[in-house]
Amino acid sequence: MSMRTLPLVFINLGGEMLYILDQRLRAHNTSEDNSEKVMNDIVGTMFSKAFMDELLKPQQLYSHRTLKTVLTRLAHASIMRLNPASMDRLYELMVMAFKYQVFLCLRPKDLLLISYNHMDTIREFVKDTPMAVNQVDETHRKIIEAYSSLSEGELQLLRQTLLTFFQDMHVRVSLFLKDQIQNPNGRFALTTSGPVPHGTDVPGLIRIFDCRGREVRRREFRSGGSYTSSIREGSFELHGNRVIRLGMNMYTVDHPEETHTSRAPSVKVITYGSPNPLAKEELNLLARLMGSMKTENKPKDESGFRINLFNTDKEEAEFLVQDEQAASELARIAGQFEEEEEEEKPEKPSNNKGEELLAMMDDL
Amino acid sequence: MYHKEKSIQIKNSASALYNNLSVLRIAPRRLTHFTVVHANMVNMVSASWDGLNYTHRQLQSKEPNVATSTSLIMQMYESDGSIMVYWHALDTPETPTAQAVFARGIAAVYENYICVGVSSGAILVFDVPSKGSNITLSEVLEEHKESITDMASECSGSQECIANLVTADDGGNLCVWKSGEEFQLLNKIPGFDMSCSSVKLWKGTAVAGYGTGQIRLYEAVTGILHAEINAHARWIYSVDIAPFSGLLLSAAEDSLVRVWHMTITPETNSVEVVHLHNECVTDTQICGARFCDGDGYAFAVTGYDLSEIIRYIQS
Repeated sequence: MSMRTLPLVFINLGGEMLYILDQRLRAHNTSEDNSEKVMNDIVGTMFSKAFMDELLKPQQLYSHRTLKTVLTRLAHASIMRLNPASMDRLYELMVMAFKYQVFLCLRPKDLLLISYNHMDTIREFVKDTPMAVNQVDETHRKIIEAYSSLSEGELQLLRQTLLTFFQDMHVRVSLFLKDQIQNPNGRFALTTSGPVPHGTDVPGLIRIFDCRGREVRRREFRSGGSYTSSIREGSFELHGNRVIRLGMNMYTVDHPEETHTSRAPSVKVITYGSPNPLAKEELNLLARLMGSMKTENKPKDESGFRINLFNTDKEEAEFLVQDEQAASELARIAGQFEEEEEEEKPEKPSNNKGEELLAMMDDL
Repeated sequence: MYHKEKSIQIKNSASALYNNLSVLRIAPRRLTHFTVVHANMVNMVSASWDGLNYTHRQLQSKEPNVATSTSLIMQMYESDGSIMVYWHALDTPETPTAQAVFARGIAAVYENYICVGVSSGAILVFDVPSKGSNITLSEVLEEHKESITDMASECSGSQECIANLVTADDGGNLCVWKSGEEFQLLNKIPGFDMSCSSVKLWKGTAVAGYGTGQIRLYEAVTGILHAEINAHARWIYSVDIAPFSGLLLSAAEDSLVRVWHMTITPETNSVEVVHLHNECVTDTQICGARFCDGDGYAFAVTGYDLSEIIRYIQS
């Protein structure tokens, strides 16, 4: 499968995370200063050269638990705090949004346009901080360089790798249900209408040729859908109109219930505890990613503030019951990482790694 | 023309992989095996023809050995999945590349070969003796430069066809081969940088499904394009042929399965294709579609994230 998924995974999931956090910060009437600081801190960490360079190395996409651990750390790169239940819900929202985008994009190359949509909006969030904008631009350039040479077939393999990763996740998101892009059973709506992808013809035509390549007959058939010609192609440059809307910010301030999620009754929940023969490789990746995240702004005092992804305590309690297993698994992994780290790299200076983890465990 | 029958439940959902459904009809035992891939596991269900018995089996790939530098790419089992008779691993490249080493595309070829495609573009030819399990790697064909997507052997049953294997890659290129102790490359049909995800060979005609949603019918040995169909609005994941009747099945991410009829007369070089039927699997990106018998009386379909095999039979 593809070894180039990680950069796109973090840009898109990170992007969705920032959209949701932005909505919650505004819903909580957080001050402009605090909001800006949160955004700048997270963007600065996520788009740091060290972190991005680690992601850009060809490697496998590991498990949800590794991904979630790193994203939790990213979310906490700022003075904002999320309790475990909020982080769990945040993860579900992020993943379901990205799954929707990957599932519905018209062709594999659109995955890049989706990523660029996320980066464009992230640039807007930090537009008053030139250093952050530069980091986003640099990352964008690296992504263009790394991905523009991939063929459509290779990008489809990347897409298939992502789809396998998201398989069996059917968490219902109230915003998606409301907009009818998701059905009550948690599956996304796929219409047989609309524009065809760039490079595809509207279905309905059979052409027969003779030995010399001349068309001798053409016949139409009923396609069973109502498709239209493809729309113009979006821009793959650093700046430009992406044309497609997937990857743009779906959340607004006016509807706080949009971050509500629920599990369809008979639906399988993501399991975190399955044995993984690649656990050692996975932990190595985790170590490298955590180590590459800058920590200048790591606060240890009370000046941090909490935001909540739930509107009521009852909602949070209901959610927690479902996710107790997940929360304890996360703590176990964080602890395991620390042990492994100490065993394997005693000569490496501990930087802030140990402290970060302890702090994270304290929060849990 | 067709109506939906009772679905078969599978233990896991189907993964988004090309040609993700295999069907093997065992007439003497009045049952049919269906196999669907979920990540690194194969789900097998054997259905008795009377519809009363369903046996499930799951085949997991041997755990990857990260310590050594090999990538397991193939395991061979008895047809009921009971015993593994052979496995093959390739060396992992020194420097990591854009994709892991993986196998994709497999075909049983006259007289006793099994060919397997690899992500590098290579095709491994295994010699499978009729008795015993002394399977050996006979040859490695290195003609394709891009990852193999699918391959198919001539399915008309006729020994007269010169070509008996067609292989396809991510660039849409098709290679046409004659099998033997040394496989002979008969023709190369260039693609247009658009992946050919599924291919079949019938009466010397290569039927290929592409990422653009097009189906093309080529005369394999000469490369002459006989027909081009703007068949689907999204990436085609599977094409299949019922060799006794000339029915063609195509399925794509657009949630549609289409049935066509082909008339191929090699003597006069004439080809005709007509569209017969559509089935829509609501909200599903189809990843596998196969006829269940040589006449095309029934066909089965799998979809991404779907834990069932949907079946249709002729009315």
